[in-house]
Formats: sequence, structure tokens, C-alpha cells
Amino acid sequence: MSKQQITGAEALMRSLEHEGVKTLFGYPGGAIMPVYDVLYDHRDRLNHILVRHEQGAAHAAQGFARVSGEVGVCLVTSGPGATNTITGVADAMIDSTPIVVIAGQVGTGLLGTDAFQEVDLVGVTQPISKWSYQIRRAEDVAWAVARAFYIARSGRPGPVVLDFAKNAQIGLTDYAPVELDYIRSYDPDPETDPKAVGEAVALINEAKKPLVLVGQGVELGNAQEELKAFVEKADIPCGCTLLGLSALPSDHRLNKGMLGMHGNLGPNVKTNECDVLIAVGMRFDDRVTGKLETYAKQAKVIHLDVDPSEIGKNVPVDVPVLGNCKRTLSLLTELIQKHDHTEWINSFQTYEEKEYNQVIRPEVFPTEGPINMGEVVNAVSEATRHEAVLVTDVGQNQMMACRYFKFSKNRSVVTSGGMGTMGFCLPAAIGATFGAPERTVCAFMGDGGLQMTMQELGTVMEQKAPVKMILMNNNYLGNVRQWQAMFFRHRYSFTPMMNPDYEKIASAYGIGYRRVMQREELQEGIAEMLKWDGAFLLEVCVVEEGNVLPMTPPGSSVNYMMLELDC
Amino acid sequence: MENKTLYTIIVHSENIAGILNQITAVFTRRQINIESLNVSASSIKGVHKYTITCWTTPDIIEKVVRQIEKKLDVIQAHYFTDKEIFLREVAMYKLATPRLEANTEVSKVIRRYGAHIVEVNQVFSIVEMTGMSADITSLYEELRALDCVLQFVRSGRIAVSTSCFERVNEYLAHREERYNKEKHS
Ligand SMILES: Cc1ncc(C[n+]2csc(CCOP(=O)(O)OP(=O)(O)O)c2C)c(N)n1
Ligand SMILES: [Mg+2]
Repeated sequence: MSKQQITGAEALMRSLEHEGVKTLFGYPGGAIMPVYDVLYDHRDRLNHILVRHEQGAAHAAQGFARVSGEVGVCLVTSGPGATNTITGVADAMIDSTPIVVIAGQVGTGLLGTDAFQEVDLVGVTQPISKWSYQIRRAEDVAWAVARAFYIARSGRPGPVVLDFAKNAQIGLTDYAPVELDYIRSYDPDPETDPKAVGEAVALINEAKKPLVLVGQGVELGNAQEELKAFVEKADIPCGCTLLGLSALPSDHRLNKGMLGMHGNLGPNVKTNECDVLIAVGMRFDDRVTGKLETYAKQAKVIHLDVDPSEIGKNVPVDVPVLGNCKRTLSLLTELIQKHDHTEWINSFQTYEEKEYNQVIRPEVFPTEGPINMGEVVNAVSEATRHEAVLVTDVGQNQMMACRYFKFSKNRSVVTSGGMGTMGFCLPAAIGATFGAPERTVCAFMGDGGLQMTMQELGTVMEQKAPVKMILMNNNYLGNVRQWQAMFFRHRYSFTPMMNPDYEKIASAYGIGYRRVMQREELQEGIAEMLKWDGAFLLEVCVVEEGNVLPMTPPGSSVNYMMLELDC
Repeated sequence: MENKTLYTIIVHSENIAGILNQITAVFTRRQINIESLNVSASSIKGVHKYTITCWTTPDIIEKVVRQIEKKLDVIQAHYFTDKEIFLREVAMYKLATPRLEANTEVSKVIRRYGAHIVEVNQVFSIVEMTGMSADITSLYEELRALDCVLQFVRSGRIAVSTSCFERVNEYLAHREERYNKEKHS
């Protein structure tokens, strides 16, 4: 029985289709041309989105993955094409986002010779990816792709890089789809120690003032319902990390808001008062913990995580519960007793009121003066009945968006948490419109961040990607300016920034546009944006020197939050 | 400064190019100097063994080992203090033969350390010693005092744990068993 041999490039197409890939984000070039050539014949099955810069491809793949739970795929050429994806790879690594980047590479005969557009991609990406591999022979394609997807999506998800040598793209091979669900050196769901579970149950049963920290692990592990069942049975208030914000509905009785430097007062203060701290799928980032030496010292810490290297990395853990939290949360829920912590839960109220009166009300419901970011975010969230996908850039716009947007659906926050990558928003939002085509995608960005990847407006135009872009323009690199005001004596070193005429830019790309300068026009502007068929850029001119509050200054304890600036 | 201990880390990984790089990067990121490093095939086919020593604290060594183990192609990583392992280094001393012959003290020293002369010609002789790091150093110092050393080289440490099993075997068997059980349940 002789099978028809196919090229490595064709094997790649079939392997991708075998993995269920329907969408890829990419940009062609010399070393990946054989793949683009066969892609031409697969156009009906593989929807290739041509971006305008490879960084955009990587972020789009991230946005796609974050909302859909599927692996995002990028296809780029060697050398500069590959290095342009690096920011996205590193971002996906620290934010545990499953993407597979397939990059062309010079032929194996030229490797190591500084050939045209040769870069040691495996060497460059090894420290910032979950796995990097060079495909040197056509017969390895099916195996490498199967392994790449398995690794990217299983366990703690992350980016995988495939460096695809040109001769392997052209070379002929037999092809049979590869199924792969086992790698002996890799344990995607480590065993849970029953003794640890017992200890955790005992601690939770005895706790008087327990607090749950909800991380993105809950969404990644698809454990939103298990989390709800757990916290409802044990009656435990929750704080969410930036990436965990939509794992529990915002209006849930036990959701006490966001953790961290610009989070809500309640969960931050209570972190240093609780007696048992239960961290679920989160990694105690320094933006969450503040000063480690004083962090939750009074509490017993239970940490549920799928990644053993996270246990005790930053915060000492009393009881580690390893394994996928969908499984471990169910285990705990089954074994714990029902509790009522009403009094403890009510004790958050003082802080909620304090924050509302001193920070939230003036930010969200001002009656005079320029428009605030908080009121824009709140208005958009309400206009979309808290059902939209929130994509943010980085800076004040990000913190305000995450503070004031509300969530009723899972997998609704797409933001660059660990890396804080400016320019993430627009391409990630494009990716999100493909990952969740039935949902409204609201992309909040600053004037700095938009200009970092503004070229992707070309992709929006070409794909008719219905991104609702909300540019909160303060004519500053606002986040840095705020720090300069607070810690560098108001010396605004290169943070005021000149802006282009965004109306002209939008019109050049055929994108709907409206500028809002007055409070009275805000609702109308938002309504127009949402009614608009397709992409829309709503530029809101917001207060220039607004500040994100509350704030735990760097190096301070988590329970210390400034409610106003004394500068 | 916190008290630092000399730890020996034993890593087993798949035999794939580029792993050494990934392992050493874990040390570099935390600015830990690797004192010695030995890489070789292990007793299991297709599995490589790394023996690494470094000075650090109990808290950091734990994190370093977990981060090494996290690398996809690393099968297992463990750390030990000197009490928990049986360890050896190998050293070679190239001596000037005329000086060796002229001074009887030299061969006495060599014998006292249990070292062996493995090669002699008119120009140089080679002495080999297997032993503990400190002994290797002090033999070197004594020979140098006798002014006969032409060259000196020592290997990194190799070590076996004092527990009876090679843990990797057990681990791999257990992994496979678990996988089969999950697959069929
Ligand atoms: C790629 C990148 N470069 C620089 C920074 C540092 N940085 C963080 S926030 C910020 C200012 C962002 O300005 P803008 O996009 O206008 O948002 P705003 O804070 O004004 O809302 C800068 C420069 C970053 N996070 N990412
Ligand atoms: Mg700005």
C-alpha cells in the first residue's frame, strides 16, 4: 500500500486542521513561502488573518485564545518576522496564554552560518516559552505540531514556538495524523496529596475569617462553576486578580472586587486580617502582594495550583493543593462543611463605603469638570449590560477599565497583566472578535498604547473586525505621569505627548468615529458606537492629569492604600 | 547574609539539544554561580543526567529545583546536601618527571593521598586521584609546594544519593501507570 507523499508544508496544514484550527494570524516572508503557498489551497478551511506587524499576530492570537479557550496560532517568517513576535510570546508566557507561533527558518544546511534572515529563534525563545522546537525534517511535522498543541493547551497553558526549517517545508513525507496526550517528562495535572486536602478542609472548616483569592487559573481550568459552588458552600468572600476578574460574576454576593495596587480597598485590607487565605490559580505577583514581608502574615495560606513551581515562590504556603483546580475545588467542596460567615462578610462594608465615597463616586459620577476615565468605562459597561468582552491596553486606561467594568460572563477580560505590554489592546481585540464572534468586544486604550500598534487598524479595516475602540485620550503617557507626580516631584519627563487627528485616521481606514468632549455627549457617543455596524473609534477627551486611585505605593503593605494624592 | 550551603542538584532530562542552556538559565536569572557541572548519559536509555553544585540558601534551592523541573523536557530534579549523597571528583596532575625522580617526597605524598601514577615518560608523569574535593585541593597544594606541577585539572562532582533506588525509574514507572489508569477510566 503506497501512500501519496506530501510536503512538510502540506503536512503542517493537515496537522493544524487535525488540531481543529480554523483561524490563524500571520504575515508572509521568504522563509515561510512554501507554507503560504499551500495555505492558498486551504483558504476555505483555514481563515488566515493578515496582520500589519507580527507583534499584532502574536497579540491577536492571545486575544483569540483568551476569549475562546482554544489555542491561538501565528504564522510568520524567519528573522525579523520571528523576532517581532517575541513580545507576544513573553506576554503569553507570563499570562499563561496558549498560543503556537510557527516561524519560518532558513534551511538546515544554512543554520549557524548567519544566513539571510537567520536568527537563533529556539535560543531566543527558550527562556520565554513553554516549549521551543526546531523542525528540521518534513517527517517530524505531524509529531511536532501535535506536541506543540498538547503542550500549549494542557496544564498551565503557555506559548509554544515552532521553528520550521525551509527544507522541512519543501521535503516530502508520508503523513498520518498524530494523537498525543502523554509526555513522560511533563505532568500537566500533578497528583493531589490527600493529606493536603485533609489539612485544607480542616483549616477551612475552622476558619472564622477566610478569604479566597481568585486567579486566572479558575478560567484556564474551566472551573468557574466549581469555584462558585466552593465559595457559596463555605460562604467565603473573594478578591479577584486582574486576570481573574471574570471568573466570578461581578455582582456575585461574595465577589468583593479586585486585588492589587489599584484594586479595591476591601479585599486588600482584608488580606492582612483574614485567618485563612485560599489562593486559587494565582501567582502572588508583586502587584498583588505589595510588601512581601508584611503580606498575610497572620493567615494560614492554602494554595491551589497546577504548577508546582508556583508553590511558595513568593509567599510561604502552609498547605499546597496541587492539581487542576476544577478537580481540587470539587474535592474541597465535597469535603467541607457548610458555613455562614455573614459577620465577616459584612465587615467589608465599611471599606466599600469608604472607597465609594472617597474614590468611586467622584471618579464615576462627577457633576462638573472634564470627563473622567472611570465614568467612560462605567457607561460602556452599563450600555453593554456588563456582557461584553473587555480588552484593555496598559496604563491608567487599563486600571480604570478593570476597576469599573463589570462582568457577567466568563472569559471576558483580555489584558496584559504580567508583562504590561503597551500596544497589546488593538491586536488582542481583533483576535477576540474572531475568538468570540457572537460577543461585543470593547477595547479601551490610551493615546500612547493605541499609537504603539495603530497599524492594526489596517487589519480591522480589511477584516471588518467589529472592534469597539474607546480611546481615552489624556494627551499624556498618563500612568508614567502619575508616578512622576507622586514620586519624581512632578517632573514630567517626556510624558506629555502630541496626538494626531484621530478623526482623519479613522476616516482613512473607513472606520466609524466620534469625538466626545462634553459629559452630555458621552451616552450618545457610546450608543452610536454600539449601534454602528462594525468597527468604531470613540475618542473621549478625558481629564489630562487624572490619577488612578486607590493606590498601594510600591514597597508598601497590601493593606495600605492611598485614597487621595497628597501631591 | 544568610547562611549558604553547598547543594548538589541531580537532574534527569530527555536527551534533547538545548536543555543545558535552559537549566543554566535558571541559575543565571537568580544570579547563582554554578560551582561544578557534570553532564553524561544516565543508566536509563535516552535519559541524560546532570550533577550540579552551587552555594545557596534552603529557600532558594527549593525554588531553583522546582523551576528546573518545570522545563518541559526535564524529567526530575532533586537537591541534596553532602550528607545525603556519596560523591566523588576526579583530578589529574601532570608532574615534571625529573623532579618526581629527584625528590622522593613527591611519591610519598602521592601515596599518602591514595593517588595513582598512570603515565610516566621522560618529560612528564600523570597522577590521577579520585576523591573528595578538599583532598584533591590539598594534594595539589602539597605538590605545588614541591614545585613539580606542570598542569592540573579536576572534574565536576558526580554523586549518587544514599537512598536505595534511582528515583527516576520509579517516577517514570509511576507516571506511566497513572497515565494508563486515567486513560482507561
Ligand atoms: C511597551 C511598553 N513601553 C513602555 C511601557 C511603560 N508604560 C506603562 S503605562 C505607560 C503610559 C501609557 O500611556 P497611555 O497609553 O496614553 O495610557 P494612559 O496611562 O494615559 O491611560 C507607559 C509608557 C509599557 N508598559 N509598555
Ligand atoms: Mg494617555
